[in-house]
Amino acid sequence: MTRTIDLVTAGALLVVGLVVVGDSLRLGAGWGSDGPQSGFFPFWLGTVLGLTACALLVQAWRRAATTRFVSRERLKPVLIVLVPAIGLVLLTHLIGFYVASALYLGVYMRAVGAHRWSTVILLAVGIPVATFIIFEQWFLVPMPKGPLEAWLGY
Amino acid sequence: MGIENLFLGFQVAITPFNLLMAVVGITLGTIIGVLPGLGGANGVAILLPLTFTMPPTSAIILLTSLYWGALFGGAITSILFNIPGEPWSVATTFDGYPLARQGRGGQALTAAFTSSFVGALFSIILITLFAPVLAEVALKFGPPEFFAIQLLTFSSFIGLGGGDPLKSLVSVLLGFILAAVGLDIVTGQLRLTFGVTDLMKGFDFIIAVIGLFGIGEILLSVEEGLTFRGAATGMNLGVVLDTWKILPRYYRTFVRGSFIGFWMGFKPGGATPASFMSYAFAKRFSKHPDRFGHGELEGVVAPETAAHSAGVAAMLPMLTLGIPGSPTAAVMLGGLIIWGLQPGPLLFTEKPDFVWGLIASMYTGNIIGVLMVLAFVPFFAAILKIPFAILTPLIVVVCAIGAYAVHSSMIDVWYMLIFGVIGYVFKKLDYPLAPLVLALVLGDLAENALRQSLIMSQGSLGVFVTRPIAGAITAVALFFLLMPVLTPWWRRYRAVPAAPAARRER
Repeated sequence: MTRTIDLVTAGALLVVGLVVVGDSLRLGAGWGSDGPQSGFFPFWLGTVLGLTACALLVQAWRRAATTRFVSRERLKPVLIVLVPAIGLVLLTHLIGFYVASALYLGVYMRAVGAHRWSTVILLAVGIPVATFIIFEQWFLVPMPKGPLEAWLGY
Repeated sequence: MGIENLFLGFQVAITPFNLLMAVVGITLGTIIGVLPGLGGANGVAILLPLTFTMPPTSAIILLTSLYWGALFGGAITSILFNIPGEPWSVATTFDGYPLARQGRGGQALTAAFTSSFVGALFSIILITLFAPVLAEVALKFGPPEFFAIQLLTFSSFIGLGGGDPLKSLVSVLLGFILAAVGLDIVTGQLRLTFGVTDLMKGFDFIIAVIGLFGIGEILLSVEEGLTFRGAATGMNLGVVLDTWKILPRYYRTFVRGSFIGFWMGFKPGGATPASFMSYAFAKRFSKHPDRFGHGELEGVVAPETAAHSAGVAAMLPMLTLGIPGSPTAAVMLGGLIIWGLQPGPLLFTEKPDFVWGLIASMYTGNIIGVLMVLAFVPFFAAILKIPFAILTPLIVVVCAIGAYAVHSSMIDVWYMLIFGVIGYVFKKLDYPLAPLVLALVLGDLAENALRQSLIMSQGSLGVFVTRPIAGAITAVALFFLLMPVLTPWWRRYRAVPAAPAARRER
């Protein structure tokens, strides 16, 4: 339900506000010897955020609970994008970005798009190679590398 | 003096390398504008790390050209696919898509690109004339004035943004809070890190932009199950020339749209309301208001002129005051800081070659842009024929590269994913994201302005009211803040119906 998510979000914002206020008070939110203390600006940000979150809680509470936030069948495509993306980042830690992105692209195109193996392999190998040339060679932006790149001497 | 400087600027902008940068920027920008999930702001953010080693002038020409390209690209998807790539293209779909369905897509596209160009040119000329004057005035500004302008920027998001004012306020506050995380450079204390080393360097706005706008937008578009059923482009030289013969008829719409765009555009978040306002005016003054919504060419001209005029006008406060008028301008401002330039009025005296090179490149970039999109529309439209299962992972990979490249750090890629989920939830709940990004970019500047002002006044907030310029700006800011409270009352009094609010915002 949108209403529930709205309430949860507003609640989370209230917590953020309180945490910010707490940390600002630890740093000192008043007037130091040479001007406002470190916590001065965050203190007021947190305070106003907390108050606004309370108002949003009231606003969401009053609203009729009619619309769904996201239906189960609509949530599926979202997770189909999100979960492999998390997998890509996890794999990058282990085997480097280029191999991880090749696997990610290949698996996604085959499993989600059901494209022909020839297309899948061509793109899954071609795109990481192209990004390697563009970023690593031309723009000298190094991406995380794993055993394969080490074996190839990079 | 202005003419000489502009001449100097053209000498910078017309070097082969900088012209090449403009062409590359417009090509990438148009592709980004066409692709779902990638808009001007995060296109600029992804490319930003690649410009760290470039000369700043070439870098800004590349990034601004990308912005112009994205503005043009938005019109292509609106007209051919009925998908507004950017919020300010929503009004373009009203008549653009019906025209394309009737087989007059070529005419609609020509009208859209030409109007965009006219609107942009109008704003560029005004920037050329007024930017130096405004910079001169801004040189006299002290910290209280700058803080008052920041206040005005954010209160206009809250008061004029069109969404829920409380949610806009939350977005602003979250941006400032995220900006405060990490080392406080004034006192040397660590704020909001709770002993976590990874939080010490704070949150980078580039990561936030890529996550919120890039990943968040993809999640949203797959959930909506977008399918692209495009109309044919129907574009050739004959159509272009024929349309150009008709367009002068709409000179009133062009002039009106340009003025509305510029006036709305130099205030933050102005492009979207400007496009709707221009459309509404064109309809009201038309002899055939009933034709609007069914494929009236004027209904494409009006919003496109205003949107581009506003898009360009957003560069004026960024250049002269160091306050960006849009998320894309905010990312560019962040770029200026990374390249070692101090944004604000001093740029005009200290780096005239940069400022005037940029202004001159707005002319060259838009001329190159309109010619390129007119010539290559079928190519750009073909991008949307690429299957979704290939586009989606490709966009994720590009976003990940962009996020990693900023600090060569994997934690940033994780932040990107987290920001993506936050962006998705926020968009579904109608929290605007643009104010968050602007606040994240401006956080340190705003806090310093506040600190210095309070030191000047020894802690009294009166400094924002008693100084004449700061006082006037603060008064306007407070008025905008109170707008959400005043407007319902005023509407009831005058019995004016509410304006249609733009659904998405980038």
